[in-house]
Amino acid sequence: MAENAAISTIDLSKRFDRFTALDRLNLSVAPGLIFGLLGPNGAGKSTTIKILTTLLDASSGSATVAGFDIAADPVEVRRRIGYVPQLLSADGTLTATENLNLSARLRGLRGEKRAVRVSEALAFAGVNDVARKLVRTYSGGMIRRLEIAQATLHYPEVLFLDEPTIGLDPVARRSVWERLQQLQRDKGMTILITTHDMEEADILCDELAILHQGRLAAKGNPDELKKQVGPNATMEEVFAHFSGAAIDWGGNYRDLRESRNTMQRLG
Amino acid sequence: MKRMLDVIYETVAVADAEIRKLLRDPTEMFSRAVQPVLWLAIFGQVFSQIRGIPTGNLRYLDYMTPGILAQSILFSAIFYGIAIIWERDLGIVHKLLVTPAHRSALVLGKAVAAGMRGLVQAVVVYLVAIALQVDIRWEIWPMLTVAAAVFLGSCIFSTFSLVIACIVKTRERFMGIGQLLTMPLFFASNAIYPLDLMPAWLKTIAIFNPLTYLVDALRGAMISGGQSVYADTTSFGVMLMVFAVLLTLASRLYPGLAR
Repeated sequence: MAENAAISTIDLSKRFDRFTALDRLNLSVAPGLIFGLLGPNGAGKSTTIKILTTLLDASSGSATVAGFDIAADPVEVRRRIGYVPQLLSADGTLTATENLNLSARLRGLRGEKRAVRVSEALAFAGVNDVARKLVRTYSGGMIRRLEIAQATLHYPEVLFLDEPTIGLDPVARRSVWERLQQLQRDKGMTILITTHDMEEADILCDELAILHQGRLAAKGNPDELKKQVGPNATMEEVFAHFSGAAIDWGGNYRDLRESRNTMQRLG
Repeated sequence: MKRMLDVIYETVAVADAEIRKLLRDPTEMFSRAVQPVLWLAIFGQVFSQIRGIPTGNLRYLDYMTPGILAQSILFSAIFYGIAIIWERDLGIVHKLLVTPAHRSALVLGKAVAAGMRGLVQAVVVYLVAIALQVDIRWEIWPMLTVAAAVFLGSCIFSTFSLVIACIVKTRERFMGIGQLLTMPLFFASNAIYPLDLMPAWLKTIAIFNPLTYLVDALRGAMISGGQSVYADTTSFGVMLMVFAVLLTLASRLYPGLAR
């Protein structure tokens, strides 16, 4: 595995019965990068994130996150990562402060340290004024920012986000990008996001990997990938070239249901 | 020792969040109070007149009150799994599972919250029982026994519900199974008739039903003149053992909800 990589996978595979969701993925992400995982629905992006965050066991292969093996030391991995699922995971029946306190307590933050981190997180998410209101009254952008704050309370080394801007309006999407860039700049955090948004991939990500049918189809920074496709190529063309598909191609019922649920909750 | 303190800390964190939700929206809790009112005020009153079920020196209404309290706890806790499936669909479960918190604490925290909810339901059933002039025991020790039994019973059935939720994973399937389980659990217990009245096959089932031990402990502690068949140590021992098994099972199955 790559020395000092924040994330490293070797022949990482996942099979569900006869369906291969992830096929011998070899990936190395250097510390401090914003790394984008692209691919059509069903390409294996969410499966990769679920394996790397220890939510799902790999069928074969291995991976390390923040220097720890995901199969041998899952708890050490969990101590060093943050995760924002595609679904809106902030509890709408709790206030922002309560959501943050719960995460902080489950992350082992106690006493004064917890109070300071929660206060920082409220400011980071920009929800100080409404901290005591139920999260279900928030806008989609506020919820996403809160979730990022919640996932980074413990200053993780690696932050995973599964389609964090899906369903957000352009202003809210920008505000999420700004928060991610702030985390990269100020905390040196390694950030792995999955996205369908080619603008997001181009502007936000330092490096990209394109998955196609569970396999790594291409890897490089956005400019390199565009050059590989042709002069003046756009990210959409890069995506179509390497994934052999239009952006809205594929996906299974569950992928689509989750995306729609998220967008519905975002109004 | 540190591990145990961490588990307690994490359990309290989860329970605290759950209790806040419960206090914020108590409508469901009060709507569930309607059922015991109907059972005690209608079924209990009528059957007290018939005197068809031998209950010794106890009025039938007094005899069945602990059973209705246990039923109220069972019916409420058994649908706890719906909330877990809802949390799964919202991604809340995923977020909890990515923390280094002990899986047992995540499950135990929910059980503790269900236990607190059970105590509130017990207060409601007590109020109904007082209104119907049920002869309640007001001594401290029996009341503490009732509180402990209610708390433990709620923990058992909510964790059982969580186990089912982890297996079926969808609300539709869960509702079907939940409905399927509650009535047999209730009728195959000593909630509204004594064990001695049951045919042998039903009595055998009742002996393996944790609700029987909950009702039995409540009957001795809640009602003046009420008698338990089993010693409290037996009833609480069985309930603790059942809860330990369910907790272990739920802790193993809970991570599967995120897959």
